[in-house]
Amino acid sequence: MNGSAEFFDEMRESDGTVRPAYADYCKWYDGQDQKLLRRKHSEAETNFRKTGITFNVYGEDEAEERLIPFDMVPRIIDAGEWRRLTRGIEQRVSALNAFMHDLYHRQEIVRAGRLPERLLRHNDAWLPNMVGFTPPGGVYTHIVGIDLVRTGPDEFYVLEDNARTPSGVSYMLENRETMMAMFPELFLRCPVESVSDYPRRLAKSLAACAPQCSRGRPVVAVLTPGIYNSAYFEHAFLADQMGAELVEGSDLRVVDGRVAMRTTSGYKAVDVIYRRVDDEFLDPLTFNPDSVLGVPGIMDVYRSGKVTIANAPGTGVCDDKAIYSFMPDIVEFYTGEKPLLPNVETWRCADEDSLKYVLDNLEELVVKEVHGSGGYGMLVGPASSKKEIGEFRSKIVENPQNYIAQPTLSLSTCPIFTKKGLAPRHVDLRPFVLVSPDKIDITPGGLTRVALKEGSLVVNSSQGGGTKDTWVLKD
Amino acid sequence: MLGRTANGLFWMFRYLERAENTARLLDAGLRMALTKDLVTAEEEWRSVIATSGQRVGYEAKHASYTGMQAWNFMLREKSNPACILSMFGLVRQNARLARNAISGELWEAINENWLVVKEQLSKPVGENRVLDTVATIRRAGTLAHGAMSGSMLRDEGFHFARAGTFIERADSVARILDIKYYLLLPSLSYVGSSLDTGQWDTVLRSVSGDRAYRWLHAGQIDARGICEFLILDDRFPRSLAFCHSALRENLAALARLHGSEGESNALMRDADTRLNDLSIDEIFEQGLHEFLVDFTVSNSAIAEAISTDYRFLA
Repeated sequence: MNGSAEFFDEMRESDGTVRPAYADYCKWYDGQDQKLLRRKHSEAETNFRKTGITFNVYGEDEAEERLIPFDMVPRIIDAGEWRRLTRGIEQRVSALNAFMHDLYHRQEIVRAGRLPERLLRHNDAWLPNMVGFTPPGGVYTHIVGIDLVRTGPDEFYVLEDNARTPSGVSYMLENRETMMAMFPELFLRCPVESVSDYPRRLAKSLAACAPQCSRGRPVVAVLTPGIYNSAYFEHAFLADQMGAELVEGSDLRVVDGRVAMRTTSGYKAVDVIYRRVDDEFLDPLTFNPDSVLGVPGIMDVYRSGKVTIANAPGTGVCDDKAIYSFMPDIVEFYTGEKPLLPNVETWRCADEDSLKYVLDNLEELVVKEVHGSGGYGMLVGPASSKKEIGEFRSKIVENPQNYIAQPTLSLSTCPIFTKKGLAPRHVDLRPFVLVSPDKIDITPGGLTRVALKEGSLVVNSSQGGGTKDTWVLKD
Repeated sequence: MLGRTANGLFWMFRYLERAENTARLLDAGLRMALTKDLVTAEEEWRSVIATSGQRVGYEAKHASYTGMQAWNFMLREKSNPACILSMFGLVRQNARLARNAISGELWEAINENWLVVKEQLSKPVGENRVLDTVATIRRAGTLAHGAMSGSMLRDEGFHFARAGTFIERADSVARILDIKYYLLLPSLSYVGSSLDTGQWDTVLRSVSGDRAYRWLHAGQIDARGICEFLILDDRFPRSLAFCHSALRENLAALARLHGSEGESNALMRDADTRLNDLSIDEIFEQGLHEFLVDFTVSNSAIAEAISTDYRFLA
């Protein structure tokens, strides 16, 4: 990893030469009328509004629907790069799944002294109810999003693992639909791998994890907190595309030892629940007693093996950033191989030496809360004022276990379309991975998030980030 | 299909129908106001608001009846839960609820309608815009029905949606007739007098039946003929007879799909028998008002039974 101010640009080399993956695209781009492109750019937003691809934001009194800004320059990955990435992702995801099984059974990794036990005790996502239980098919992490960043030609790093309920896949699909509608000719010139069968793959992968008592075609339902949830659009979209039911907690109840949904002709058993509700709201009898989003008794049915919950309760442990810092060991422990995709170097503030280093170098580092997400509660040292750094320092000193620190990465850039033409912005990548008993399935592409503000390294949509269509080229 | 989804479809189309009916009423009111002096116009708006069932809310807010106030109240007044803007919001909300049970085409039509109508109604609507606005709203309804007819699977969802449409339409037409009759014809001796033909013309316009009626009756406008047309003529798609005949088909299809009949089918059969056996003279004899009240009650009972039969609510 280099700490210099030079960033790796994915489209062009430092002398301006276009990289091979972007050759066809750039040739096409140079032949375009800029005025027409500007018009198309504003049309894209109208298209998203029309199809209703929005996320809800809560303001003062009423919910507002916003669009995540879409940039029309694709992010392109060549076939060779993608092959290397998928090998690394497969390895990491199979390690994650084995890790979850071990954590809730014999905890060999703790016994072997490779993971401190306190990391589990202090982890809110750890669920004692899962101990000794194996989910149908042995699958814990049915859907995983691995956040990757790039710093050089062959330098990809894993920034985060999202094994709880990774979101954003609807943007991967709709960004592609929008690009195909706007620039059909591009897809005739460039050999782009299709992403559109993701919902079919998801349905198949979930069905393959159905419990043994399931008869005939497994009944799959998407469980949503409801229309006011920020990701409701995605829940409805996936249910629609999979041909699955979209259920809320109030549609479900336990009937004769099964989880069943209230249909127009009575209660009907559900085999697989793709839940987009957090663990603590799943079952008011087991977790949060005030939850109205969940289903009383669902955990008992789950533990009797009569329903599949995807992802399995308790997988949030993997999203913890202190656990993340042990991922290289975790991968090696379960696969017997060196990790193909490296972690970003991480200092755990819980360790005294690391804490000292972090406090001495706050101006250079990115500090994150162990349980944080969405780009909240973090410090980007180089982009922060003395005052902000000072305030953050006291927070760390007060509760060092709650923080980890990483070097400020030289994230790669990819151009976005601006009024003045193309301009480089920092990007990351979230490929979506499906796990079933006999297969790990990675859709070629994923969600590219882009920091729209010049120089910004924060790509989260809640912090002014946008998205791009992500192309994986065919060989 | 989930009971909650069926409920969403049913109400989505009820609200859409309600918005369209309000737009039709407004259309008729605007036309009437254009042809009247100011004093009569005030009366006219009072009557339009009363017919729409929004009188109490209106009078809580305004002391007088002017066109501008009246149409803005019906179109976009925040304190008016029945205004067209809020109806379109509810249509879309129910469409979101039932998103995986409607076609993409229908969803996009509903969503686009919402964006267009919201934009048009974002500011008070002045005299120069009101006709355009009402036309836009009516086109929005047509677009949704077209998208549905051309793209939606004819499964139970379709029949719940249609049932919602016809329950609401029958209710609306019966109410319009009742309020007009009550307001304008306190005793039967007025029937046929020339004074109220203008009013009855407005009734026909507010259900978009003026042209059809004239076509069938060669321009003869009388209360008896109009009532017969709006209640019993099953050729006209907004008559009570037509609504109930369509509703009967939807409910029969639902019973077929579910393999059994419910309370709603039984109530529907009763309602049919009552309506089929009646002539317009018998209706006048028993009292139009009494007839319409009975009809509305039975119509609501059918709606209630659909909701129970198909487990709309937990």
